[in-house]
Formats: sequence, structure tokens, C-alpha cells
Amino acid sequence: MRIDRLPAMMLAALLPCFVAAQQDTQKEIERYRQLLQDGNPSELFEARGAEHWKAKRGPKNTSLEQCDLGLGAGVVKGAYVRLPRYFADSDKVEDLESRLVTCMVALQGLTPEEAKRRPYSGPGQPSMMADLVAWIASESRGMKIAPPQSHPKERLAYQTGEKIFFYRAGTHDFACATCHGEDNKRIRLQDLPNLTNAGDAQRAFGSWPAYRVSQGEVRSMQWRLYDCFRQQRFPEMQFTSDASVALTMFLAKRAEGGTFDAPAIKR
Amino acid sequence: MNFDIIAPAALCAAMLSACATPISDAEAERAAVGMLKASFKPQGQAGVDRLNQDEVQALCSRYPNGLPKDLAEKLEKTQLATIRYPASGKLMGDWREGERIAQSGVGKQFNDDPKGPSGGNCYACHRLSPRELSFGTIGPSLYQFGKQRGTGDAVQRYAYGKIYNSEAFSACSNMPRFGHNGILTEEQIAHLVALLLDPDSPVNK
Amino acid sequence: MADPMRIRANMTGDKVEVKVLMAHEMETGLRKDAKGNLVPPHFIRNVTVTHGGKTVLSAQWGTSISKNPFMHFRFKGGKPGEKVTISWIDNKGDKRTDEATIAGGS
Repeated sequence: MRIDRLPAMMLAALLPCFVAAQQDTQKEIERYRQLLQDGNPSELFEARGAEHWKAKRGPKNTSLEQCDLGLGAGVVKGAYVRLPRYFADSDKVEDLESRLVTCMVALQGLTPEEAKRRPYSGPGQPSMMADLVAWIASESRGMKIAPPQSHPKERLAYQTGEKIFFYRAGTHDFACATCHGEDNKRIRLQDLPNLTNAGDAQRAFGSWPAYRVSQGEVRSMQWRLYDCFRQQRFPEMQFTSDASVALTMFLAKRAEGGTFDAPAIKR
Repeated sequence: MNFDIIAPAALCAAMLSACATPISDAEAERAAVGMLKASFKPQGQAGVDRLNQDEVQALCSRYPNGLPKDLAEKLEKTQLATIRYPASGKLMGDWREGERIAQSGVGKQFNDDPKGPSGGNCYACHRLSPRELSFGTIGPSLYQFGKQRGTGDAVQRYAYGKIYNSEAFSACSNMPRFGHNGILTEEQIAHLVALLLDPDSPVNK
Repeated sequence: MADPMRIRANMTGDKVEVKVLMAHEMETGLRKDAKGNLVPPHFIRNVTVTHGGKTVLSAQWGTSISKNPFMHFRFKGGKPGEKVTISWIDNKGDKRTDEATIAGGS
């Protein structure tokens, strides 16, 4: 975050920061995070997402209110922490984003291409998908992460997701595990969660989606994986692809039992 | 969806008893590879061929907790044989250039300009010059690397070789094979050797 | 039209504590788009907060304020059930007014 783009409230908050320069840095960073949390702009995205859920759209002029996110048609509360999961109607394991695509196609009559047209937002270009994800995720805040593993395809997704996590390829030989397989590592000054360790995995998985202050956007888990693969020097991860869902299942399962606390706010 | 993926799951659904045990490791590996290839698309300089693994990548993926000793030794031997030293014999360049290469993280991402030179991004994982406070910890600190080892021929060859192909010295290292995989040129690697070894380099102050 | 603000107004002691999130791009005029063209400045210029017909806060903003700004302040003289009205206007003349009811509290 650049110093000339501080949120308004930080102007006031900065003065005591300078005075208390001798205080423990980690404590100060924690305090900064809490100040940010108090005014998380993700709320603006969540509010839009709740409207999109109810809005009639597509050739069938229907809302998403009858979409089954896994807990029954229209049930949003607690749905995110029980995803990804197997859905009989599509005969696939789906995460939230792929499930929303399925619902947009089945209920609203959109083509899959239309449903996936703008998966991530950009400056001046809001994404209906990102807004829906922010809102639906917020309806699981405070709940325990509990992805189901009762269907064979759910277990298969976990197993393949684990293989993908350790899959080294590309010009740099990088796998997810290269950066996220050991405790207490960092890139430059950025701390890296060890996603094979339950505590780190719970905190990491439980904090996405997140409002990124540096980007001014809410980013989803799909976006997180997309951008990790870019830095891994892989080709472009396709939105809601099977590999992305399997990897999400692996990460969700590693984070099982953790408290979901998203959308969070990050640098 | 890929046939490889459907087959074990369908089998599992058909025979309930099979559901008690997960599919075999080899099956999961095949399913993952099929899934990956169907899930990515070419973008910029990054084609889907980047998902094809060479021997090192395949072996290291299969043993995430480290290779058995015999396999590790074999892998290090074959990788050692890949190292090409510059025809000029000059292994040490300019540490100032090396510092710039160590700072730069661009290169080989699908959104990077394929024409521009890549960086080494050494500071992402290593401490080098004490002036740079923003360094990562995935790799060991290299501060005073040359001060402790001198600038002899053997040390130069080791440093050059390690950057060229790290797998030759430490099987399944996290460090990219900068020379072997064409990330950095011979000249760039020599500049990095200078950053590590030159007595005037800030690394050795 | 701009998205609604998110406003929370609560009594804390004898003061009203107000927290506002505004949806706005807050373009500085210095950023370039993907094609390398400068994105024109677009930012909130004035913020006004009124309570019972009186202005309790008036601010002039510029491009140093972040995207999707968060504003947090307290004022005296408000009571639970009364309204707080917040308006902003940006450099293009776009504007937005929202109000919230003061909730009880400690």
C-alpha cells in the first residue's frame, strides 16, 4: 500500500503509530489489521452480491433464489463452509463459483460462457460473480470449515487436489508446496502459510475471499489460485476448472475445523 | 471431464466396498495429470506444454517428503551432467549487475514480456546484501557467502553450477534450475557468482 | 448511479459514533489502464454530514484518499432514533446521499 493512498481513518491513526515507534512491530501490525477490519469495504461488495442473488436475469428471467448450494434450494447460511461438495444434478464436485455457474445455466438459462464472462473484478468493472461470492461467503462467518467427504467423488477430489498441490512443473519447477509446505517461511517480507499444517491452513482458508487494499477489490479463492499459478509460471488456470475445484477441496479439508472469518481484509 | 478421472470414481460407486479404501496413489497421480491438462489454457508465453514434467519434476512431485537416498544420488548425478560452463571460462562477472538480477522478479510469467531478460529474484528467498532488508527465508542466508569461502576456482565452479542446476547438488531443492531451464543466460549467472563471491560485493561486507 | 453507502451510527456514552463506507473508485488521474492510457481523475470532493438540520462534519477530499473510503468520527448532541444524513459529491458532479438511524449502545 502506498503511503499517499491511506484510507481516511488511517490519517488519524498514524500519529500515535509514529509516537509509539518503539512498540513491538508485530503488535502494531496487528492493531493496523484490526483498524482495517473495522471498515472492511468488502461490505460494499457483499451488499451488491445480496442484490444480485435476488435479481431476475437471463433468458428465463429468473433469480438465483432457488439455487441449491448444497444445503437445499435457497439456503445460503453456512453453505460456503460446506463446499466444495458433490452435486447429483451436475454429477460433479463443485466449489461455490462452479456451483453458481451451474445455477446460472440451469435456472437463468445463461450459457456457461456467459456465466463465466467476468469472474474477477477490475477498476471500474465490478464482477457479479465476485459480489455473489463475497456475500455468500459472509453468510458463513464464524462457522466451522467442514467440507464433506462422504461421496467417492469428494474423496477423489481431495486425493487429486493433494497431487496437484505437490505437482512441480514449468520453467521454475514450482509446486504449491514450494512456498506453502514448510512452517515460518516468507517471500521477501510476506509470511507464507504452510498449508500442510492445520493451524496455518485454517487461518489461510478461513480468510478468503478477502478485500485486497492494494487492489481495491474483493478476491475469491478461485482468484487466489489463479494468481498463485501465474507466479508459479504455469499457463492460465481456467475459471472453475476441475483442477481448481480439486485443489480447493484439498485446501478446505486441510483447514477442517477452523473458524471461517471471511471476507477478510488484507494488504 | 477426463476419462481417467471418471473411471475410478464410477468403479467406486459401483462397488460400495471399494469406497472404504481410497484409490491408489498411482491412480490419483494419473487423475491429477489429466485434470491439470484439461484445466489450463495457453496464455502469453506460457503454453500448456509447461505442465509436462521432466524426470526431476515427476520424481520430486511423487516424493514430497524427500527422495529415498539411492534415487536422490542418481538424480543428482544425471543433473550434474547437464551443467554447461561458459566456453570463455569466465565464471565471475560484475556484482553490480548481479545485484540488479537478484532484485528482479520478472520473467516467464504469462503476463511478462517474453522479449525482456528474466530476473533471478534471489531476494525472494535469500538474504544477500545486508542493505536489503526485504528478503525471504525459503532458502538459506547467503550473507558473507564469499567471505567464508574465498574466490578460488572450485568455489566459483560450485556457485555457478548451483545456480545453473541446483538439483545437481541437492535433489528436489526448491530452487529453480536457472541455467538448465533457460531462465538466466550464462552472462547473468556469472554476474550472480560475482555478487556472491567478489570481495567488493555488499554480500561480503 | 453510485452504490449506497454503508453507515453505522451508534451511541457511545454521550456521543454518536459514525462509521461510513463509500463505494467509489477514487481515481487519482495518475494511474494507467492496460493499454497505457492515463485514467482520468475521479474522486469525491466534498463530504457533508448533517443531523437535525445542522452540519456536524464537512470535509474536502482529494486524490490521496483510498478507493472505497472508510470514514469514522464522533459528534455530540445526537440521540437514539434520530437520523444522520451523509452526502458526497465528486469532481464529475456525481453525488450520493444516504441516511441512518442512530442506534442505542453503551
